[in-house]
Amino acid sequence: MAYSTATRQAFADDIATIKEKGLFKEKRFICSPQAAEIEVEYPEGAACKKVLNFCANNYLGLSSHPEVAKAAHAGLDSRGFGMSSVRFICGTQDIHRELQDSVSTFLGMEDTLLFPSCMDANAGVFEAIMGKGDVIIADRLIHASLIDGIRLCSAEYDTFKHMDMKHLRKKLELHQDKRRRLIVTDGVFSMDGDLCPLDKMCDLADKFDTMVLVDDSHASGFIGKTGRGVHEHFGVMDRIDLITTTFGKALGGASGGCVSGRSELVELCRQKARPYLFSNSLSPVIVSATIKVIDFLSSTTELRDKLEANTKRFREGMTAAGLNIRPGVTPIVPVMLYNAKLANDMARDMYAEGIYVIGFFFPVVPEGQARIRVQLSAAHENEHIDKCVAAFKKVGEKYGILGLDKKGIIEKYGT
Amino acid sequence: MDDIREAVLEYVIDEYIDEDDDMEVDADTALISSGIVDSFSMVSLKAFLENRYDIRIPDEDATPEAFDTVNSIVRIVEKHSN
Repeated sequence: MAYSTATRQAFADDIATIKEKGLFKEKRFICSPQAAEIEVEYPEGAACKKVLNFCANNYLGLSSHPEVAKAAHAGLDSRGFGMSSVRFICGTQDIHRELQDSVSTFLGMEDTLLFPSCMDANAGVFEAIMGKGDVIIADRLIHASLIDGIRLCSAEYDTFKHMDMKHLRKKLELHQDKRRRLIVTDGVFSMDGDLCPLDKMCDLADKFDTMVLVDDSHASGFIGKTGRGVHEHFGVMDRIDLITTTFGKALGGASGGCVSGRSELVELCRQKARPYLFSNSLSPVIVSATIKVIDFLSSTTELRDKLEANTKRFREGMTAAGLNIRPGVTPIVPVMLYNAKLANDMARDMYAEGIYVIGFFFPVVPEGQARIRVQLSAAHENEHIDKCVAAFKKVGEKYGILGLDKKGIIEKYGT
Repeated sequence: MDDIREAVLEYVIDEYIDEDDDMEVDADTALISSGIVDSFSMVSLKAFLENRYDIRIPDEDATPEAFDTVNSIVRIVEKHSN
């Protein structure tokens, strides 16, 4: 028997170690469509409970939008459910081309290539365009999928301190002897919600003849005056060479991602990116719905405006209530607690109050930086936001952290 | 050996500690296991050591454990300098 008792026990020990370290991810089941208000079975086997969802990437509230669902149905009826092929054999329909063109126009890029996910886009893009003699210079807090993609590539890589342009400059000077240079960053960093200063980064890129790649997964659809992303926010839409992004967050929330940018770079991905070449084509259902999403967002800024107003209301409410939030403008709002147990305990108490949020701690965030990450949505109404703030105030009061700054919370709970 | 220790410590502070961070780092401070240096950004440190001391550190020696303190890094440099 290949899977012997000893083998089973060894794997069980690995799982036990994960649990001992407090890193075990528990199962949580949602028994309703994704929305501001959802029904959750947690812990497993418990009766479903109605809670307000403040931890989804459903930034624009489009995950269950009736018009998006209608477009998905239309795609199913007109083009079928699956493609049973990779893109380059017989997996590309006219609507795949239409979505690529639509994304290129929306992001202000020359060309776009669809991938099954942004994780796949990030896994494939570096190997396709960078090689021996080149260097990739990455922000230290980029998303794990970018790190994986960089490691799959034969180019040398280096890192710079998070959003530290002085340090980036030093690294660009250091690597002037390389054939090609590529700076890699997130547009919005998912754990802190901070915006990469792309204007300053592009100035450095110009000075040191370097390309720029931005993963805008936590920005596409809502950051910038018309929601095009962080490059719009900083007025550098024509200065970014590559954007990778997802359709699995603000842009409908199902799945799929893309590489969008300079036509030669996108063409190289089409020819060489392994996750594109060796995985199935995006379902017509998702393609059709995502075309609708992009059309809708191109015609009105209503949803991103509402999200902006919701973010402002929540940030102001939390500050007034005495919670220690990380300052910023994005709908990712970290409630800083510094202590992992405190973050877990408070998230559990918030759930009891009907608010679904999650605690994050090392190694997901740096040691001593534990927090509850709140994510706002355009699907939230004012009463949802006010209820969430009131719950944080009640739970924060229980733990005696209202009005305390970093030093005060650490003095009370440690890190 | 003291020269190496001093140079590595200076590099670690300059490369990994933010200017406004009041964190104290010495030759015994845990770098990787405490999260000051993660496995992704460890590559900068490895490249610095290889360039500065004209050595090649094989992947099997460039482990998080071997790079966890300035003192353990000094031992790696000495091993590959001989």
